[in-house]
Amino acid sequence: MTATTYREAVRAGLREALTSDERVFLMGEDVGRYGGAFAVSMGLLEEFGPERVRDTPLCESAFVGAGIGAALAGMRPIVEVMTINFSLLALDQVVNNAATIRYMSGGQFEIPLVVRMATGGGRQLAAQHAHSLEAWYAHVPGIKSVAPATVGDARGMLLAALEDPNPVFIFEHATLYPLEGELDEAAAVDIERAAVRREGADVTLVTYGGSLWKCLEAAEQLAAEGVEAEVIDLRVLRPLDLDAVLASVARTHRAVIVDEGWRTGSLAGEVSAQIMERGFDSLDWPVQRVCSAEVPVPYPKHLEDAALPSVERDVATVRETLG
Amino acid sequence: MRSAATTTTEPLELERDHAHHLLREMLRIRRFEEKAAELYSLGKIRGFLHLYIGEEAVAVGAMQCLTPDDAIVATYRDHGQALARGLDAGSLMAEMFGKTSGCSRGRGGSMHFFAASQRFYGGYAIVAGGLPIAGGLALADSMQGRKRVTACFFGDGAVVEGEFHETLNLAALWRLPVLFLCENNLYAMGTAIERALARTDVAARAESYGVPAEAVDGMNVVAVEQAVRRAADAVRRGEGPHLVELKTYRFRAHSMADPDLYRTKEEIEQWKTRDPILLFIERLKTAELLDDAELERLERTVAAELDEAVAFAEAGSWEPVEDLTTDVYAEPAP
Repeated sequence: MTATTYREAVRAGLREALTSDERVFLMGEDVGRYGGAFAVSMGLLEEFGPERVRDTPLCESAFVGAGIGAALAGMRPIVEVMTINFSLLALDQVVNNAATIRYMSGGQFEIPLVVRMATGGGRQLAAQHAHSLEAWYAHVPGIKSVAPATVGDARGMLLAALEDPNPVFIFEHATLYPLEGELDEAAAVDIERAAVRREGADVTLVTYGGSLWKCLEAAEQLAAEGVEAEVIDLRVLRPLDLDAVLASVARTHRAVIVDEGWRTGSLAGEVSAQIMERGFDSLDWPVQRVCSAEVPVPYPKHLEDAALPSVERDVATVRETLG
Repeated sequence: MRSAATTTTEPLELERDHAHHLLREMLRIRRFEEKAAELYSLGKIRGFLHLYIGEEAVAVGAMQCLTPDDAIVATYRDHGQALARGLDAGSLMAEMFGKTSGCSRGRGGSMHFFAASQRFYGGYAIVAGGLPIAGGLALADSMQGRKRVTACFFGDGAVVEGEFHETLNLAALWRLPVLFLCENNLYAMGTAIERALARTDVAARAESYGVPAEAVDGMNVVAVEQAVRRAADAVRRGEGPHLVELKTYRFRAHSMADPDLYRTKEEIEQWKTRDPILLFIERLKTAELLDDAELERLERTVAAELDEAVAFAEAGSWEPVEDLTTDVYAEPAP
């Protein structure tokens, strides 16, 4: 076990991948000389050279598409897109190509592509750098979407994604990069299952990404009131693993979903629907959702705080479900 | 009216066998497309069907310059490109029938022919969507030190899309071995090139990114082959991406659903006087490289192949509905 940060854990994963497999390369805007917009790839250019730590011009569609093409031709590209808002410029390549080529060719090709990007708000970056659009990606069959929330997953899910023969999109919540934690380099990490991050018998909190830590703090506050919340980290947004959620709800009979996406058309809506479809008899209270306010993310801190899910709203919503 | 390219009158310097090969390849496409249109009317082929008739010299001329190791990225008007690449005509017909014996197991249809074994990386139906893929295929070759070319077909409609500009810039910046082949048939669906491009000179646009480019008469199969060979050889020598603009014309409507109201009959008729197949036949006969008996033999061979292709498509089976969700994802290795 090593004390590290989320940022260093992603970098450790990148370094391991670049070291162990010569087909792996990293490309994206400012990943090389600058060291990455979030300083994730700092030092990797010096270590692996400009061929394998490849700065791209500002052309999301071309370099994400080039990642698809390189993966088709046997490479193992890791494409970094600076933020999820910028990734919209590459959605044609993602939705029309990465997600379809295998299916519409009758299974002739594999696309072992990894795309990483920062997501989420909380840093006063206003309405073009701070959205949580993971649900849009998770909507699309043919690609996988994952949201590492811990130091272990930051490294491990990257390595697991590289082992996967499909395009895997990794959403790293931008507020998590300085997160400190213990990294177990020997631990095997999957990109299949949800994880119970805290056990509790009274209510199930379902979340992913940056909201995990708010949920864990909410659970601490609730514990002080004598309410034991179970916290489930979805980890994988497609294919969703609802088994852990349903097993938990079968015990707690109450579920609150915390999702930084907008409520309408959200992942929280999908999880809620599946609980209803598959676990309706377990419920003692309607499934509740804590989502972002339906506004573009505002700049001033007090408004941004009000727009995003918070520990206070998580706690208050849990209290409501307890009747 | 936009006028057809000027007629070539230079003497032909061609080996007889190669001349016959070029003609046969163009005839294969022409007859295949005529049959496809007929089968569409009969309801055997559904969805969109975009015919290549009139543009045969482009695919056939260009494909002569590529080796089996090179990669092809095609468009939704991909029948000619696929046939010229050597994909089996039966597998293409079966694909349009939606049968599992199709080149994409029936999943893609007319617009999405794929053949991994022939490095035919697919027909892309989002205009310019194939260009970034071609850049990536070439990047892989470049990083692995393989002397291969990735040939990327696209139309004049693509050159105003962002992906064209992004990819040309990236390919030039990284000196990627991409051969950009612009099939300029003067119309993006129904929008004439001068109504879409502030500057209609495609080759000049490429030059502005430092990509050497040449425009050529796309109705002249020999000229196409020569121009594409110059460019392909340069790409293969490691001189970075090149572009060839192939000036051509489609004789049929954009698709079977198109009433073709945006251009005049006179314009179409004028271009038909530049039919790449008829012109080539005429030139071969003048040069005494072809006689009527040989032409008839070629036509018979082509017709026999086509009959077989249709029979193959008819005989194919439909994918069972239970398999609907297979190949959405590849299974991880155990």
